[in-house]
Amino acid sequence: MRRLLVLGCAFAATLAPACAQEPGIDPADTGFMIASTALVLMMTIPGLALFYAGMVRRKNLLATMAQSVAATVIVSLLWFALGYSLAFSGDGAWIGGFSRAFLTGMGVDTVSPLAKTIPEMLFAAYQMTFAVITVALVGGAVADRLKFGAFAIFSLFWLFIVYVPSAHWVWGGGFLQSLGLIDFAGGTVVHINAGVAGLVAALMLGKRQGFGRENLAPFDLSLAVVGTGLLWVGWFGFNGGSALSAGSRAVFAIVATHLSACTGAAVWSAIEWTHRGKPSVLGMISGAVAGLGTITPASGFVLPWQAVLIGAAAGALCYFASTTVKARLGYDDSLDVFGVHGVGGVLGTLLAGVFATAAVSESAAGPGVSGLWEGDVRQFAVQVVGVVVTVAWCAFGTWVALKATSAIVALRVSGDEEREGLDVSQHGEAMGV
Amino acid sequence: MKLITAVIRPFKVDDVRDALQRVGVHGMTVTEVKGYGRQKGHTEVYRGAEYVVNFVPKAKIEIVVASEHVDEACQAIREAAKTDKIGDGKIFVTLIEAALRIRTGETDDDAL
Repeated sequence: MRRLLVLGCAFAATLAPACAQEPGIDPADTGFMIASTALVLMMTIPGLALFYAGMVRRKNLLATMAQSVAATVIVSLLWFALGYSLAFSGDGAWIGGFSRAFLTGMGVDTVSPLAKTIPEMLFAAYQMTFAVITVALVGGAVADRLKFGAFAIFSLFWLFIVYVPSAHWVWGGGFLQSLGLIDFAGGTVVHINAGVAGLVAALMLGKRQGFGRENLAPFDLSLAVVGTGLLWVGWFGFNGGSALSAGSRAVFAIVATHLSACTGAAVWSAIEWTHRGKPSVLGMISGAVAGLGTITPASGFVLPWQAVLIGAAAGALCYFASTTVKARLGYDDSLDVFGVHGVGGVLGTLLAGVFATAAVSESAAGPGVSGLWEGDVRQFAVQVVGVVVTVAWCAFGTWVALKATSAIVALRVSGDEEREGLDVSQHGEAMGV
Repeated sequence: MKLITAVIRPFKVDDVRDALQRVGVHGMTVTEVKGYGRQKGHTEVYRGAEYVVNFVPKAKIEIVVASEHVDEACQAIREAAKTDKIGDGKIFVTLIEAALRIRTGETDDDAL
């Protein structure tokens, strides 16, 4: 399509000088990004809602789903109000501007300098779905004990203290992007942020009642399997869509995503089978999600065989992080947001700096990005800086957001409410008895 | 009149019902229960978190029979529920003082 356009322009150049202008909104790119936006929204509701709800006890199942629904509602409205503008408008090194507040300042033919072939309104909507799922992911670490009201207020603080600055730094023209950090679809912005925030929240709220003594087994893992399927398919929009155009780079990203999910699941299962005697269904889906989260920053920069290696590393490292290491450290991250997303995000962001292959990311706009294996040591160093900055800011920002929230409402439900279950105590509803 | 309470393997309920019908017992109450005796439970592992589930699912059947039929009924249950492995269950017999059929008002053996 684009090649035809270029040929057309060359042919018509003498007749119509207007063709020399920027190409403008491309229908194929726009269609692809509308579909990608829908896919990523589907990852949160119902994808993540089912994935998480399937791992909790029956008395907390609805309350866990409520977090995903609430994140969708609250974060979308905040994104409309100020989130998008502060993350993706202006050219400040630290934070964006107010020119897109309440999604104003955009006409039907406005494009963002960050995505020049789709309407800026679509770019804003697409990025909104990323903010939504990141906030929803955090809730899993404190499932079974975080007050619903506290989650709602925390979402507001955390979005503006952690997510929005981070998205600006990495994608919106901020200092990490200027430094050359590569993060295709959110190893830092989404996964490290969600994982570290989850860990900080789990430490600040303390363990669930009966942790390490009582049986806290999942009520219905089949829901988690369905949720994983929706996340997996949705991830094609998450990583593929991060190419921001319907081209080969999106295809490479999607193939890398799928292969990493497969090796993540295979390696996690193989280790668990050897280590614990049985390949659990929870292990298979955990490995797949670990592979998906870990390939996220590298997809769009790597070749298929490199994605296979990244997925394998994810399956192994996230397995030990979520089982042995967590048990030894003794923190209670209910649904392993840190062990899977935090650890996977760090691993993937670093491995992007190892495996980045210039041929995958080169375009008419400029040369591609090389990692360590193509001899670029600096790129790897930049990735390390990106990880350190993201972890540090997120840990601090999450602490501030939780402190601010706890000044307004208690973070944790009472002991009786926790025993009764959050479905009844927070929402006045219960699953069939 | 005696109450026979048998805790048996859940998949043996239909066999036991057939066997009791053959000896003239035409009614029973079945409850799904959990418990433990000599049979061990199992271990579940969720991302490294290990839970030992001690309580094994069983079926509890309750029947009331005239005193002279107790031995026959107990034998029928035992033969039908047996697998010769640990966990086959137990049978308890207790004395019943009175019985009353709600619809007709018949009492004791007539009510069974």
